[in-house]
Amino acid sequence: MDRRKYLKSLVVGSAGAGLLLQSCEPAKKEEAKEVPKTFTIDRTPDELKRELKLASETFFDEHEMKTISTLADIIIPKDETSGSATEAKVPEFIEFIVKDMPDNQLPMRGGLRWLDMQCLKKYSHTFINCSSKEQLLLVDEIAYPEKAKPEMQQGVAFFNLMRNLTATGFFTSKIGIKDLGYVGNQPNQWNGVPQDVLDQYGLKYDARTLAESVKFD
Amino acid sequence: MSDFQIKKTSKAYDVCIVGSGAGGGMAAYTLAKAGINVVVVEAGPMYDPAKNVMQLKWPWESPRRGASTSYRNFGDFDAAYGGWELEGEPYTTKDGTEFDWFRSRMLGGRTNHWGRISLRFGPRDFKHKSIDGLGEDWPIGYEDIAPYYDKVDQLIGVFGSKEGMPNEPDGIFLPPPKPRLHEMFIKNAGATLGIPVIPSRLSILTRPLPNNKERGACFFCSQCYRGCTVYGDFSSSSVLIKPAVASGHVDIIPNAMVREVQTNDEGLATGVSFVNKDDLQEYTVNAKVVVLAASACESARLLLNSKSTQNPNGFANSSGVVGKYLLDSTGTGMAGILPDLVGRKRYNEDGVGGTHIYTPWWLDNKKLDFPRGYHIEYGGGMNMPGYGFGFDIQNTNGKYPGRNGVQKSAGGYGASLKDDYRYFYGASFGMAGRGEAIAREDNYCEIDPTTVDKYGIPVLRFNYKWSDYEIKQAKHMHETFEEIIHASGGVVTSEKATKENNYGLATPGAIIHEVGTTRMGNDPKKSVVNQYNQAHDCKNLFVVDGGVFVSQADKNPTWTILALSMRTSEYIIEELKKQNL
Repeated sequence: MDRRKYLKSLVVGSAGAGLLLQSCEPAKKEEAKEVPKTFTIDRTPDELKRELKLASETFFDEHEMKTISTLADIIIPKDETSGSATEAKVPEFIEFIVKDMPDNQLPMRGGLRWLDMQCLKKYSHTFINCSSKEQLLLVDEIAYPEKAKPEMQQGVAFFNLMRNLTATGFFTSKIGIKDLGYVGNQPNQWNGVPQDVLDQYGLKYDARTLAESVKFD
Repeated sequence: MSDFQIKKTSKAYDVCIVGSGAGGGMAAYTLAKAGINVVVVEAGPMYDPAKNVMQLKWPWESPRRGASTSYRNFGDFDAAYGGWELEGEPYTTKDGTEFDWFRSRMLGGRTNHWGRISLRFGPRDFKHKSIDGLGEDWPIGYEDIAPYYDKVDQLIGVFGSKEGMPNEPDGIFLPPPKPRLHEMFIKNAGATLGIPVIPSRLSILTRPLPNNKERGACFFCSQCYRGCTVYGDFSSSSVLIKPAVASGHVDIIPNAMVREVQTNDEGLATGVSFVNKDDLQEYTVNAKVVVLAASACESARLLLNSKSTQNPNGFANSSGVVGKYLLDSTGTGMAGILPDLVGRKRYNEDGVGGTHIYTPWWLDNKKLDFPRGYHIEYGGGMNMPGYGFGFDIQNTNGKYPGRNGVQKSAGGYGASLKDDYRYFYGASFGMAGRGEAIAREDNYCEIDPTTVDKYGIPVLRFNYKWSDYEIKQAKHMHETFEEIIHASGGVVTSEKATKENNYGLATPGAIIHEVGTTRMGNDPKKSVVNQYNQAHDCKNLFVVDGGVFVSQADKNPTWTILALSMRTSEYIIEELKKQNL
């Protein structure tokens, strides 16, 4: 998407936000977010300009953010290994990524609203004001694409997107990388697959590979 | 706007090089080492991977966790500035055809992005018309370029293994890294199927390079695409331009977009004109010799835009061949999962930046329904998570039993889903084919008659179509990939390639191996430059990018660009000594 279209869609998206949830939520409190002062990765002047602009904008309102937080922790809860999605700041990541990738804005905003309407009809409350039991009953209807009823397919599409963004946000955070057990991204010397792993799979390096490959003591 | 005048750069140079990628970097290095005064005009900013650091950064240091942007199409950590679209610098296509043009505007150009795959063209690759009657033979053979491949290997460094295959010439290799776990599965599958799987050949220093104290050895972070702070891999900016500038014989003019090659009444090149992107003023710089290395298409554009009354079709284009015979590699891929690897033990599997193994072309085209071959690159393993990690788990976790041996419903949420991400981590793998297309006169770029960029420079218009040859080749790739995945014990997870989607054949240009637009030859009517990359029409004009390729082989073009640029540079040195230029 070119920059002009992108900016335009942002503006349209934000205006729509106000209209949609005006009726059931208090007016969104506008506050300027703190812009990141520095980046630890290489940024060109054009990139920096865009980063600062994105950081100064807000897309989701308070109600939407609460709904995203509740859903994110349903998708990735705290367990014996690691913390929850909200502890890993997944909602903040989702807020950023829909500004960065405006194609996600409508499916997210509309999906959240779809979810609230389902809950209103069934339980007379928006999703976050339902009991945990009611929330899970609804999630059960949209979390399993192959089992979901035809009339719930819009919810399935939304939940797939929400699950994708939650998982990516979580496992690319400090908490998530530690949970996953990724131990790279540091200077080291590659000596091949560890012996115990080779043994586990019944594999071994042939004599030629051992002779010609780089080795470290 | 007030009147602006064209300013002349006061210093006169022996050689002016346009562009600082593989071809321009090698020319600057070779000429500077011989004491020749060089100016390099580069369309992008200065760049040094030791200062513009992306290496060893964590996903959360990018607010988008490494997802791509319009500024970095290959992800937020990719070193290359630029991409498929540049603001204010469009290109167009003709008659509904498609071409994707990746431009990197920065010191070192696209060598800051590339996969470091460093393959020599073989004897057959230079004379393929003599074998199958298609395309054109090169005016040179493997024996002409082999000494330069040797010198490039020693100067820059490449790892690999001696295989003695007739069309995959061995080089002067550093030791290769051992295969990763999924690569051992693939190697075994290859042995079953009779498909060769050998150590890859990448310009990464698995050992320190003898006699080079400026570059460190690889420390196995697998992040070459981010730029290496110790210069342990090849990019033109760190390996060629930096020492060239240190020699004291090279000036770089960054952020300078060249408009035209300047000429005199005798039809010789006198220098180039450019617009400075910072002050938007117009400049010229003079030199005895002009060397174009702006990328195959950008150099063609420059020549076509250098029109005069003597050269109404553009400079060095009496043949009308400039822009024609444009080629990109064919490419398609397939992804799968290795159920044997679910729940695997964790260890640091980063390795070097790219595949540790590859498959060179192994079949006889006489028994196939398409000409020319392809090689296969492999991917997979316990990579650092980035944007996209965990996407579409519903396509995986319903297909295989989970950690407790029970088959679950696809999708889900909660602690059980959280564990699925851990369980399936590192079990995915994939492969990509890169093949040779046939050069055709009707695949070309030309000047768009109506469109200019923001500097007022007329832009390129592309006309490129794949033929049945390339589509059949892509089909064969897919059949092969499926066999390899199955023989590895894996399951295909990517979408099935069909006739309707051309068997997944990538859009022309998308593989970023553009070559052929100023091809070499002995006949000035059918080619733009001679065997020394010297324009037939103008003895002091040279082209050292991929434009001079007559055919493309199924090899990545960089190593051949480097070798040819070194050969041309030595020729320029000799001709300058003899005062022929």
